[in-house]
Amino acid sequence: MQRFFASRWGPITAGGIIGILAALLPLWGNPKNMGVCVACFERDIAGALGLHRNTAVQYIRPEITGFVLGALVAALLFREFRPRGGSAPIVRFLLGMFAMIGALVFLGCPWRALLRLAGGDLNALLALAGLVAGIGVGVLFMRAGYTLGRATPAPAVAGWILPALMVGLLLLAIFKPTFGEGLPIFASEKGPGSQHAALWVSLVVGLVVGFLAQRTRFCTMGAVRDVLLMGDTHLLGGVLALLLTAFLTNLVLTWTTGTPYVNFSFTNQPVAHSNHLWNFAGMALAGLSFALAGGCPGRQLFMAGEGDGDAALFVLGMIVGAGFSHNFSLAGVPDAVKENVYIVGGPSIYGQIAVGIGLAFCLILGFAARMRRQEVKR
Amino acid sequence: MITVDARGRSCPEPALLTRNALRQAGSGEVHVLVDTETARDNCTRVARREGWQVQVLEEDGTYHLVLKK
Repeated sequence: MQRFFASRWGPITAGGIIGILAALLPLWGNPKNMGVCVACFERDIAGALGLHRNTAVQYIRPEITGFVLGALVAALLFREFRPRGGSAPIVRFLLGMFAMIGALVFLGCPWRALLRLAGGDLNALLALAGLVAGIGVGVLFMRAGYTLGRATPAPAVAGWILPALMVGLLLLAIFKPTFGEGLPIFASEKGPGSQHAALWVSLVVGLVVGFLAQRTRFCTMGAVRDVLLMGDTHLLGGVLALLLTAFLTNLVLTWTTGTPYVNFSFTNQPVAHSNHLWNFAGMALAGLSFALAGGCPGRQLFMAGEGDGDAALFVLGMIVGAGFSHNFSLAGVPDAVKENVYIVGGPSIYGQIAVGIGLAFCLILGFAARMRRQEVKR
Repeated sequence: MITVDARGRSCPEPALLTRNALRQAGSGEVHVLVDTETARDNCTRVARREGWQVQVLEEDGTYHLVLKK
């Protein structure tokens, strides 16, 4: 079993199963082309906690808890739970923030970019091009010796903190306490935040995805990075399998339900805008941030489940970044139709500036954080 | 003999350091130290792709990869 997961077929199988589940979640209640979106879901969690007040995107998404706990269970079962941390924590927190800001300019993480493409949303092509470009820049830095330094083993309790926080979120989702009038926990009554599968369905799907992804090291950023850096297609197979099975599942859903789940077009796409430049640039920032932090937003959750405190900080950075995104009007605005006029959305000037700041941060970091020569070869 | 100590390094550094060391050595024996299963698997895959034989030893949570060609 262990050998199968580590084989070429491991990521392909995991990606295939994730693609099917992610395409089914909209049937079960999630927003269209948003069966799984780590950035969107963490943004919804930030909203539910009142870290931002965009009433359309507030809901404690149990999938995120499932991702971390599924990975935790897999890591414990296969003796891979390794509490560790201390590799430039504040840098990882900021990379998480900027990754989220970039992803929300596009309106989705790499997982959702794949799912949007599987639903016919051609804007995802610009985003995926941006993702590859961002990762490509990251690869140039890696070739030049980029590193955030070594992590060191941490006390076991440190590895349990993010999983415990996730259990706390789940309890808030189950019991829905209110802390006073006009105070959290918030839950959207309309908009994407109001659309969700039943709690237990989301949780179970999250657990399955987390388990499979931990075993196979599934990573949407790593898939591209490994090809560019080393010509290694091991992880790429998983990403392509996800795209393929999600697309096929959407076709089957279209035939069986009579509702279109595939619509090839740039316009009229669910929770999306067709501002090509910023779809590209937003995801380029996200891709570079993921590359410099060593994992896509999903992988950061899975590593956090393995006890990686640095990945946990990246996750917390993403949640805080989502708060900033909506409080400061940085996130992309979806296309809309007003009085029969189609209005192309995209980020405000503040969002555009934030992407610029994020790219500047990543470039400075890429140039500045280098391995000392004597550390390269001993 | 080259020894790569990639303990505590995050992806993709262990694999990249291993590949660079293998190409520098050309043949003979290269040792790699890593401390996660992901790094162990990635370095093993890189070495096999470069045509090296891989032997994995484990001691106290550290994986000691002996690569030969």
